[in-house]
Amino acid sequence: MSIAVDIRDAVKSYGPVTALHGVSLAIADNEFFTLLGPSGCGKTTLLRLIAGFETITSGEIRLFGQDIARLEPNHRPVNTVFQNYALFPHLTVLENVAFGLKMQGVDAATRHARAGKMLEMVHLSQFADRMPAQLSGGQQQRVALARALAPAPKVLLLDEPLSALDLKLRQAMRVELKQLQEDTGITFVFVTHDQEEALTMSDRIAVMSNGRVQQTGTARDIYEAPVNRFVADFIGETNLLQVDVDSVSEGRATLTLPGGHRITCPSASTTTGKHHLSIRPERLTISPEADLTATVDRVVYLGTDLQVIAHLEGGQPITLRLQNAARTTPPDPGQRIGLHLEEGAARLLAD
Amino acid sequence: MKGVRYYPGFLPLTILCLVVLYAPLAVVAVYSFNGSASITEWGGFSLRWYTDVFTGPEAVRFGQAAWNSLTIALIAATTATVIATAAALAMLRAGPFRGRQASFALINLPLMVPEIVIAVATLIFFSTIGLTTGYLTILLAHITFCIPFAYLPIAARLEGVEGTYEQAARDLYATRAQAFRLILLPLLMPGVISGWLLAFIISLDDFIITNFVKGAGMETLPTAIFGSVKQGIKPNIMAISTLMLLVSVLFVTAAYLINRKGRQAPATPGKTT
Amino acid sequence: MAGPGNIPPSASDTGYRSLIGPLLLPTWAVIGIFMVLPVLLMAVYSFLTKEFRGGVIWDFTLAAYDQFFVTRGLFGDEPAQIEWTYINIFWRSIWQAGLATILCLLIGFPTAWFIATRPAQTRGLWLFLITIPYWVNLLIRTVSLKFLIRDNGPLNESLMAIGLIDGPLPLVNTNLAVQLGLFYSYLPFMVLPIYAAVERYNFALSEAAADLYASRWATLREIVLPVVKPGIIAGCILVFVPSLGAFLAPDLLGGAKTFMIGSLIDEQFKGSQGDWPFGAAVAMILMTLVLIVLLLYARAQTRGATR
Repeated sequence: MSIAVDIRDAVKSYGPVTALHGVSLAIADNEFFTLLGPSGCGKTTLLRLIAGFETITSGEIRLFGQDIARLEPNHRPVNTVFQNYALFPHLTVLENVAFGLKMQGVDAATRHARAGKMLEMVHLSQFADRMPAQLSGGQQQRVALARALAPAPKVLLLDEPLSALDLKLRQAMRVELKQLQEDTGITFVFVTHDQEEALTMSDRIAVMSNGRVQQTGTARDIYEAPVNRFVADFIGETNLLQVDVDSVSEGRATLTLPGGHRITCPSASTTTGKHHLSIRPERLTISPEADLTATVDRVVYLGTDLQVIAHLEGGQPITLRLQNAARTTPPDPGQRIGLHLEEGAARLLAD
Repeated sequence: MKGVRYYPGFLPLTILCLVVLYAPLAVVAVYSFNGSASITEWGGFSLRWYTDVFTGPEAVRFGQAAWNSLTIALIAATTATVIATAAALAMLRAGPFRGRQASFALINLPLMVPEIVIAVATLIFFSTIGLTTGYLTILLAHITFCIPFAYLPIAARLEGVEGTYEQAARDLYATRAQAFRLILLPLLMPGVISGWLLAFIISLDDFIITNFVKGAGMETLPTAIFGSVKQGIKPNIMAISTLMLLVSVLFVTAAYLINRKGRQAPATPGKTT
Repeated sequence: MAGPGNIPPSASDTGYRSLIGPLLLPTWAVIGIFMVLPVLLMAVYSFLTKEFRGGVIWDFTLAAYDQFFVTRGLFGDEPAQIEWTYINIFWRSIWQAGLATILCLLIGFPTAWFIATRPAQTRGLWLFLITIPYWVNLLIRTVSLKFLIRDNGPLNESLMAIGLIDGPLPLVNTNLAVQLGLFYSYLPFMVLPIYAAVERYNFALSEAAADLYASRWATLREIVLPVVKPGIIAGCILVFVPSLGAFLAPDLLGGAKTFMIGSLIDEQFKGSQGDWPFGAAVAMILMTLVLIVLLLYARAQTRGATR
């Protein structure tokens, strides 16, 4: 598989402030790749570097082998779907979609035919002659997509394109975006702070924080095998327990849980001593076969789930989720319960 | 219960304000249709003073003055608008830079120095460098003080146009010049037009500075009217005044409508954040 | 605070950064050459010696300022005393401009408030009505006012017709006429900035004040005025500064007794009785005064911003 975007040691500073500290990423061709992180983590800066709206301070950006780091945006065969779409308000929908082709010198007949096809693809053919302001948010979003795809870019960049839509529309668009990516075969680089969005659409995800990539992998990788506290904490809900690591070998660690029980689990850490253990709340079960013993504080009703908030003997808090099934009988506050760790439920983190 | 926006007496004061502003203009407009040669007596409705403006003994003098005023305003407003547009691009589209504060102060300088001081300084300057006062000196002075008036609406509009439009254009293979011509300029147009109209009116209006730098024999409409009024208000002056009033009203109405239309096309459709 | 990733794109790379020089050059050249340079030259002129045919001799002297502030009697042989003639003209100008500012504020604030509280559909129209006179030639407006208030003009005629007065009120050539002229000339300058401030005013503040037992007028005094103060100050500056150097209103509506700075300066550049260095000196003093007002304003603004 060839590499579409190859970023090596990308650094971006604004005067004394550094937004990206040497980011390296390889995004494969035909991949739906997501940059995920909280606001201010540098994900948008990275996207703007690829698009060419910001000048890289140092490092390389290669597009299918060609160094584009210092090209003007209009000389890069990548297109962007902007967060607020940036549809040209004085041009019709069709003219917006045909704009890129016009700039590339495509003759009027060809580009209008192609733009018409793109509008057909996003189901907006009947709106070709409208002005952008006359469209709803969801329709504007599709026009922005059609406009960016019309020149058949090698890579499509999407800057939180769904954030301005309401929940229902957002969920529908996720499916549509993924479908579009598979149909066109174009590499998508998608920026979002919404983990659910990232998990549902992406082939691979890069989790970013403080201008650095913390972990790259599939949705399953980063959820089930987070490498550090940030990733474990940012993606989904997790319990972080302080534990003593006795020995580590070949990616597995033997450690002592609070309460004295010893277990062996996968490890991202290579050192012994005090470390954090990540346990997903839904992977804990109440069982007499106990690895941990806890006292229940509260039970919160969440509809599909029941959330049990408890504390361990040493006082460390722990949360578990029980499916709200007919046979589930929730524990009572004050009750002592035994907790069982399923295989693969716990993972030792590097700090 | 009238609500917190209501204050008793504010409506009458607003009406008083409008009466004060409009009464003199209305009276002159009415008297410009006076058939009598005396300005005090009402001699019935007539257009004789309008005919007089175009064919009477002073027609040539006022015609020449009007021509000077009009051409100076046209050239000055156009030049000032081009200069102000360029300045606005640098001030608002180039990020922070050294000298930005100073440039801002410089652009606004003509608004801060009293007109009479500008008049004196400009006269002294032209006289020192040996430039004979006349059409050219009026024009140069007008271009200078028109710049901030053209700048204000252009900059206001430019601030409302987000940079993402140009970035989107560049992303879609437009060169820097194409992004300006095809995207930014059309979006900026309402501001450019109101800037030009403002500058045009300001130039057409100016009396004090023009009076200082016009030199002997050269007249613009305001200086010609002033010279005539010094010997008493004559009915033909009222007709000219009414015509100029009409021109001003037409211009402001145009500027108002263009601005309103410009505002209706939102700068960022779909923006919710 | 903007984190590193949040630094506003600020359109930083829309491509104009490298063009700053060429884009600003015309502005710097035109305003620099035809405004900054002339003002500097005017400063120099105020220290030159007067030539009798209305020019200057390049000999540096303080004569112009001496003439403004000091008198040594008719023949120049008496002990130096303060010359009150010109200081009085300045004082009268400041007084007239100040009074015009207060009058404009008293009428302008209610007007601005009233317009800003109209429903959105009619607000534009009200504002438009206030703006039109501002765009009508100032000379024509002043002439019109003179026509209206002159001894046998429509105002006096109609007042006499309804029997309110027996003879015409002598308005023209009085301080009152000049005052009326200034008020009339610059009233829109007061309304517009106050309107802008009131339009941004959050009326929930007034409701909160009313909720906390403030009367309508107490709300105005305690909440509204302090909040919209920047607009009021801007309006006052916009009326005061041009009033101070006004020429048309005092010249057309006033007489010898109502002489203001504008006419004093104008006189120094007319024909052979002119005195350019003295005129330049008076203009310098006027500009200094205005500069002080603007500096006070700027300081008040920055203090308001940091508070």
